[in-house]
Amino acid sequence: MAATESQHLTDPGEVSRNAAGSTFAEVDDQHRIIPAIEFRNVLLAFDDRVILDRLSFKVLRGETKIILGGSGGGKSTIIKLVLGLLKPDEGQVLVDGEDITDYTEAQMVAVRKRIGMVFQEGALFDSLSVYDNVAYRLHEQGLSEDEVEPEVRRMLRFVNLEDAIDKMPAELSGGMRRRVGIARALIGDPKIVLFDEPTAGLDPPTARTICELAMKLRDLEDVSSIFVTHEMNNLDYLCSEYAVVNEEGQVVFEREGERLCLTNSKVMMMKEGKVIFSGTDERLRKAEDPYIQKFLRGH
Amino acid sequence: MTARAVGGIFKGPRYFTETIAQMDAIGVGSLTIIMLTGFFTGGVLTIQTFPTLAFWGQQGQTGRLVAVSLVRELGPVLTALMVAGRVGSAIAAELGSMTVSQQIDAMRALGTDPIRKLVAPRMLALLIALPLLTVIADVVGIGGGAFAATSLYGLSIGEFLNSVREGITTDDILGGVIKPTCFAVIIGAVACYKGLNTEGGTVGVGRSTTRAVVTASIVVIVADFFLARALQYILGMPAQ
Repeated sequence: MAATESQHLTDPGEVSRNAAGSTFAEVDDQHRIIPAIEFRNVLLAFDDRVILDRLSFKVLRGETKIILGGSGGGKSTIIKLVLGLLKPDEGQVLVDGEDITDYTEAQMVAVRKRIGMVFQEGALFDSLSVYDNVAYRLHEQGLSEDEVEPEVRRMLRFVNLEDAIDKMPAELSGGMRRRVGIARALIGDPKIVLFDEPTAGLDPPTARTICELAMKLRDLEDVSSIFVTHEMNNLDYLCSEYAVVNEEGQVVFEREGERLCLTNSKVMMMKEGKVIFSGTDERLRKAEDPYIQKFLRGH
Repeated sequence: MTARAVGGIFKGPRYFTETIAQMDAIGVGSLTIIMLTGFFTGGVLTIQTFPTLAFWGQQGQTGRLVAVSLVRELGPVLTALMVAGRVGSAIAAELGSMTVSQQIDAMRALGTDPIRKLVAPRMLALLIALPLLTVIADVVGIGGGAFAATSLYGLSIGEFLNSVREGITTDDILGGVIKPTCFAVIIGAVACYKGLNTEGGTVGVGRSTTRAVVTASIVVIVADFFLARALQYILGMPAQ
């Protein structure tokens, strides 16, 4: 089933079927009006410490919501709430318009199948090879190896790691582990992908590669995503460049400007569990809030 | 968690490969230490009891005393303690490492219930392996006792084994299997719980491992007291 559903996720250099008919062509689709993710007045506290303070926001279809903020600001907690790994004390969490707030662990299994998750350190299963890590979800669904292997190879080609298919996680560099984590998250072609600081601790070129993968998902595959980060480079890439397929069928990245203006990336900045900014990167850079200015300057 | 794990044993998806791997790690992997423990415990029981029994002219009952002590008490308890140390620590460390490196979260995010995938196979493997290991420890322990009795004190092997046969009842053997079954649940539940609730990075893994072994060992010893008393009533063993 996954093999047939996931035919649209492309290899680099191939034209995506979704590329032509996603964000721009489908604006009249009523289904697109329903946000992929929505938080309504979410409150979460551990003991006396408020982690998320009445948080409300939406992630629209095909949109990337970049969540910025310092450590301990509640960024990663948002992702755990979307996955149902944590439950809010108050408020509602909706995925594809479905209120998952009170879902049981068994009910969440079906929701999680629609969501891909990229963890900070990759969170690969140490005892499994790259192949088995990427194939994990399909193996759990009981698919045969004949169906699983082409899917795994396609995903590893997407992240340019097909050569590492037989390696163990311990043999991989930090960047490779993150890319395998992305391949694992994308198997089954989820339409929602959550990135939890995927570039933390990586060198700039590798961080750029991870951002390019996120841009490809956003612009060519119509994937909605939350991209949690505290690195301004990520913001620059994701908010100023977009992926297109050129005449040779190659995926290339262009800067927004005269041809196109990016409208499918929004920024949300958090501080101590509260949203202190929500909007475009251009507005963020003009914000006068001292915390935001300090964050943007880096000192 | 224990109830969900036991439920996971009977409901799908079932992880047979994982269960077999765990049985190999827990059962086969513990065989050497269990046999060594059993053999020398049986031997030392003979060394400690033979002189006293000989003082009363009852040295022929050495086999009986060694066998009853091993089958009713020392076999199940010592095996459980050894398994708690070796396997309980390994389970807590493995699950603890998976927890702090977000592998458990990843598993849940990928739509897998960690209780079914990780806890249930370990519980099932312990439930099968621990009684078997206990029986092996009992048999090897009696062998150790026989070795000490014949080589150190010149007791004939026939006399030793005859007293073993006379001393052991079906209820003893039944009780000696019921106890490790309960201990298996204790060790599995404590080790998995401590592992899955690990916090604080690699330091936390060490802390969880230590706590798992200490808690499981204490609970096994305390549970043994109550089980011994309960079995006396249930199986009609001599209580006075």
